[in-house]
Amino acid sequence: MAIDAGLLRELGSVLGPGLLSTPAACVAYECDALTAHRHPPDLVALPTSVEQVQQIVRICRRHSVPVVARGSGTGLSGGALPVAGGLLLVLSRLDEILEVDPRRGLARVQPGVTNLAVSEAAAPFGMYYAPDPSSQVACSVGGNVAENSGGVHCLKYGLTVHNVLAVKLVTMEGELLTLGSETGEAPGLNLLGAVIGSEGLLGFVVEVTVRLLPLPRRVELLLAAFDDVGRCAEAVGQVIAAGIIPAGLEMMDAPAIKAAEAFARCGYPLDAQALLLCEVDGLPADVDDDLGRARTLLEAAGATSVRVARDAGERQRMWSGRKSAFPAVGRLAPDYYCMDGTIPRRHLADVLAQIAALSTTYRLDVANVFHAGDGNLHPLILFDAGKDGELERAERFGADILEACVAAGGTVTGEHGVGVEKLGPMCSQFGAAELATFHALKLAFDPAGLLNPGKAVPTLARCADYGALRVHGGRLPHSHLPRF
Amino acid sequence: MALIETPPGQDLTDALVERVLAAANAGTPLRIVGGDTKRFYGRPVAGETLALAGHHGVVRYDPAELVITARGGTLLADVEALLARHGQRLPFEPPSFGSLATLGGTVAAGLAGPARVARGPVRDCVLGARLLTGDGRVLKFGGEVMKNVAGYDVSRLLAGSLGILGVLLDVSLKVLPVARGARTLRRHIAAQGAIDLLGAAAQRGLPLTGSFWSTGELYLRLEGSPSGLDELVPTIGGDPLDDSAAASLWQSVREQTHAYFTAAHPLGRLSLPATTAGAALVRADRIAFEWNGAQAWVTGVERETIDLITRAAGGHATLFRRDDAEDRVTGDVFAPLPTPLLDLHRAVKRVFDPAGILNPGRMYADL
Repeated sequence: MAIDAGLLRELGSVLGPGLLSTPAACVAYECDALTAHRHPPDLVALPTSVEQVQQIVRICRRHSVPVVARGSGTGLSGGALPVAGGLLLVLSRLDEILEVDPRRGLARVQPGVTNLAVSEAAAPFGMYYAPDPSSQVACSVGGNVAENSGGVHCLKYGLTVHNVLAVKLVTMEGELLTLGSETGEAPGLNLLGAVIGSEGLLGFVVEVTVRLLPLPRRVELLLAAFDDVGRCAEAVGQVIAAGIIPAGLEMMDAPAIKAAEAFARCGYPLDAQALLLCEVDGLPADVDDDLGRARTLLEAAGATSVRVARDAGERQRMWSGRKSAFPAVGRLAPDYYCMDGTIPRRHLADVLAQIAALSTTYRLDVANVFHAGDGNLHPLILFDAGKDGELERAERFGADILEACVAAGGTVTGEHGVGVEKLGPMCSQFGAAELATFHALKLAFDPAGLLNPGKAVPTLARCADYGALRVHGGRLPHSHLPRF
Repeated sequence: MALIETPPGQDLTDALVERVLAAANAGTPLRIVGGDTKRFYGRPVAGETLALAGHHGVVRYDPAELVITARGGTLLADVEALLARHGQRLPFEPPSFGSLATLGGTVAAGLAGPARVARGPVRDCVLGARLLTGDGRVLKFGGEVMKNVAGYDVSRLLAGSLGILGVLLDVSLKVLPVARGARTLRRHIAAQGAIDLLGAAAQRGLPLTGSFWSTGELYLRLEGSPSGLDELVPTIGGDPLDDSAAASLWQSVREQTHAYFTAAHPLGRLSLPATTAGAALVRADRIAFEWNGAQAWVTGVERETIDLITRAAGGHATLFRRDDAEDRVTGDVFAPLPTPLLDLHRAVKRVFDPAGILNPGRMYADL
């Protein structure tokens, strides 16, 4: 598109070399980790200060230019996909850790700081930042806020929303607001809660204050094998009903076990139909207590074997299979399509049976990995986009899985976000009145509708569209990152 | 594992919708009332009473899911008794301030008790809600699962919203198992020493699930496995309370029936970063604090001193319990908002209550 010369001049005077406007420079930002959707941005801004962000936003507001924020671009749902005629606001150069205070138990960071860097900065004080999305070496804290990122420790330690005390937010009007506070409370409405997970539709997060936790004194990992997926699902409920809150509780089915073992050589029993990884952490005596009880419960629930990692090395090995499940499954077929539904755990066996039946109907294999403690499913549908009709079958299969999640009282996305990918399935989960309210809430923050337009909440007219996360030949950006 | 059978209760959704629609059309303000146990909190509301007590009952509870869904008018006491029968509890240990407190009122008030220091605020536990808006729409947000990022998180926005955005018809909350053991210790210690001790304990990762300091005495509650507590308690020091004395102490802190509170009128509340020294600036007989110093209670302290403390520490103050002249207070009870933030509040209010009839003025004068 032709870019308004006045707009270019104004932005250039704020950003200097931090403004990219040639196709060659901009193309690097054409997609996030949802590579099936690409759109080269017309303009890319790389601000280095909060003031610059405010100035850029005010200029865009005046020129009615839509703005899409981007962190590290590791998102799986296309939330940072550029929009036509818009500016991509890349916040990765705002990457300073402003403060780490073990006494107040918090860190103040700019949005471009990576998730893992926060924990690394806190480590000398014996503390860490709890949310640990699988992309944590690369993903940014600002992106985590946008997506309300999770990880494998959510059941006990919560999502991003439970671990962020405050954010500074630049509105589309260019105002700088503070939501929340260091105390974890602020007068007025809990707007912080609404902003976390809003996929960049309500404002630009330019500073985040996160809660730090003391590192657990002891961590133990237990691996239980089952000859039946339903029995394994049942055992998960029994562990939790017994009053044990594991730090992580992860489940895999037979195809995922076989793929992970072939990939990572982590010592998983290949004859198992389901595996459960159960991590407990805390004070040594509490951990011993929980571990002993979990072991007894799992054996009584019909586990064919139960093993406790002997040391940190074995624990890491046992985790490595689970953490490399995505790339491992990616070797089984030219393409896979990753789903992200959550269901009440009591429906796990039933939904798994439905997925198995759908696999037969659509003649496509599927491997299942779950954050079992949270009921968050990641079915990986295997297909070959080179074969006629397989992509379409995979997409219909995926949509049917999400429908099954909604029918079971769950959600179409547990942690990957809606972005552009799940606009269709959102229509199954919410009625027209709720969707209209979401749009109205956005306009309360962004009256001109310029902030990341077209994402996260479908217009009623778009409710028929369905997108897809498709990974060809295991090649996705940041393919070195484990995905779980 | 299965759903627990509970009495059906009573669903008044249709009648409540009709009532709200009629009020919206007539421009009649409504004062939303569960058990009216927290009438003292927030600014007074002049309006017709919209009673929620008849809209009650547990909708779904499966202990293995760690989630309970109940109607807004369900008695908090009933919910807590049901959870206790299954070895579970509301993580945030809410105060009730009276036997008629309802679950909807608890979430709308957003008040948490001693355990907040370990298990987080009310909003952390809100997973979903069914909301009746000020223009009669019944909307469902969130759900009954732990992880859910579909759509804006409106249900968490409702925690602490004081009813200004809508009537909580149902709410789904995360629950947690009751710890297998608990110990309470008492130590004679000055305010500053208590704050230092609590800060060090928090940094060590001790399982502190309650702290209360008043008149030179600090009470600490630790929870975990009985064997772990046996090892831990001697390393901290202090006199152990027996179980019933401990239970009544924490009950008196949570419900503000402790001697400090019964003499404290009006009562101010300071929200401070944990382990800051602000609380030590006030005369010892006028202050008490919880949550490792993050929640301080003050009485008989001048506005200027309070402002000084909250400004220096980066916190804020609330007039928690108004004076006896209850419903004649016209000033702010919550800390004022900067103008752009107040404007945003107004815009959000209009999304849910365009006619401005729900609990008008409860939070701020024109909200």
